[in-house]
Amino acid sequence: MAVAQVVRSEWTKIRSVASTVWTLSVALVVTVALGVLISWLTRREFGNMPARDRLTFDPTFISFAGMSLGQLAMIVFGVLVVSNEYSTGMIRTSLAAVPQRGVFYGSKLAVATAPAFVVALVTAFAAFFLGQAVLGPHRTSLGEDGVLRAVVGGALYMTLIAVFSMGVAAMLRSPMLSLGVLMPLFFLLSPILGTVEATKKVGQYLPDQAGARVMQVVTIGDDVPYGPWGGLGIMALWCLVVVAGGYLLLRRRDA
Amino acid sequence: MIEAVGLTKRYGDKTAVDDLSFQVRPGMVTGFLGPNGSGKSTTMRMVLGLDTPTAGHVTVNGYPYRRLPNAPRHVGALLDAKAVHGGRDAYRHLLSIAQLSGIPAHRVDDVLQLVGLSEVAGRRTKGFSLGMGQRLGIAAALLGDPQVLLFDEPVNGLDPEGILWVRNLMKSLAAEGRTVFVSSHLMSEMALTADHLVVIARGRLLADMSVREFIAANSAGFARVRVPDTDEGQREKLTAALTAAGAQVLPEQDGAVRVTGLPLPRISDVAHEAGVRLWELSPHHASLEEAYMRLTQGMVDYRSTADPQIGMRPEPAPGREDGWDDEPGWSPPQQPVHASDRPTLTEDAR
Repeated sequence: MAVAQVVRSEWTKIRSVASTVWTLSVALVVTVALGVLISWLTRREFGNMPARDRLTFDPTFISFAGMSLGQLAMIVFGVLVVSNEYSTGMIRTSLAAVPQRGVFYGSKLAVATAPAFVVALVTAFAAFFLGQAVLGPHRTSLGEDGVLRAVVGGALYMTLIAVFSMGVAAMLRSPMLSLGVLMPLFFLLSPILGTVEATKKVGQYLPDQAGARVMQVVTIGDDVPYGPWGGLGIMALWCLVVVAGGYLLLRRRDA
Repeated sequence: MIEAVGLTKRYGDKTAVDDLSFQVRPGMVTGFLGPNGSGKSTTMRMVLGLDTPTAGHVTVNGYPYRRLPNAPRHVGALLDAKAVHGGRDAYRHLLSIAQLSGIPAHRVDDVLQLVGLSEVAGRRTKGFSLGMGQRLGIAAALLGDPQVLLFDEPVNGLDPEGILWVRNLMKSLAAEGRTVFVSSHLMSEMALTADHLVVIARGRLLADMSVREFIAANSAGFARVRVPDTDEGQREKLTAALTAAGAQVLPEQDGAVRVTGLPLPRISDVAHEAGVRLWELSPHHASLEEAYMRLTQGMVDYRSTADPQIGMRPEPAPGREDGWDDEPGWSPPQQPVHASDRPTLTEDAR
């Protein structure tokens, strides 16, 4: 009963602020639009690509190219949904009403994850189908080996990005601080580690790089030590760690 | 009923609340007074189980808050009126709190009506004035129709009509047998609203007593005596006679004298024996503010002046609201009053 109450309340909260609609729709639009654009450019340039690239061309993965930028909105969504409580001071009202902090925290994350997943699912399928339509002769289809897995995995990847951000925000409380940690992590640290051969092995275990593996269908010639689900599992483990960290801090901390 | 026993909260080496014990009883308004930074809000957060005490404990109806069954139906609180998401409308702000506590949605309409915000229920709260924010916070506290209510500075930002409304609301809630615990720094307001006081400074308990006892214990009443300013030497003559009778006499700037240590009839007798006519002989009761200032003097963390005497005995300025007056019908002569109401002894004094 307590859980149902909190879930209902969190649903009211999340529906009644504009930032929810904004961040989630930006995530969808940016991911799909950028994916279509890059797919279209790839089709035009396909003839000029080196033979090796043409042979290992992954039409599924290329249609998800917009995700690198679209996930930014997912991060903002995850951060805001948690840190709003702290920046407004609502957390005191909330915790006074629900002294069982675990119930409050779990329900909040669950209620925020649900719409994130729905939007991510729509985004992944839309990006895939529109991307394939634009790719024309180079397209693939859902029926091909591993393609459906990659599309559903793409949705899970986006969802886990939001969950990871919620966990970080729960630990850091401040929206600025949370974004200040997450943005460099995903947009600076991860790409930098990926470019240098020596650090590449470490970068492979970062949540975004590990998780992105699930969206790849053609994996010829790379030496990643885990499979698609293994990669997503590593990302899920990251999420588990930060979400648990957020819970432990919330339980111990003064509100 | 709220009961704190040895309540202590330390942040590092700073002690915010120090071995605080008090009771807040039902059926009356208990005022919670203290200078800024004295630990009032920290104490309130500990009552609500938001902050964990370093030592001691505080219970509501016999339970620590976090173990109180169905807590939001028993305790309502206004901690910070600004603690709302500005992008959410008033109705859905309250609805989310009601749902969180398992309170039926129709209560939201009830409390919006009660605080007078029904017409702006659909508006985003970022457009609200400070006063509307306070009303919204009070509405949230009343949602669960609780028996125990905590209000942290509820009249902040309210206009006079709003202040009167809050005062009457507090009193009527207490009259219904509820426990009402209100913090404020507005002494005159507390004097009119509270029945009982809990006073703290630097986290320590200074007083836990009724408003009347508090004023009696923390202020020295005195008599103001004025002699005709037409006769030179009258004042010196009276001062000598009163001092001989065992009183302390302090001259005041406007020519009157302040007499302590003698009852009013005795002052009159002494003056009569000395052959001095009086134009004014008035009792002066300290206000709650004066009593409070005396008590907390030297215990304030943040002060704005170098003058150590300031606030010690605030000089009653013309037009100042005295705040406390336990003799109905009597007003200090310094207040601008209608000529017909003015005490006859002072009639010609100005």
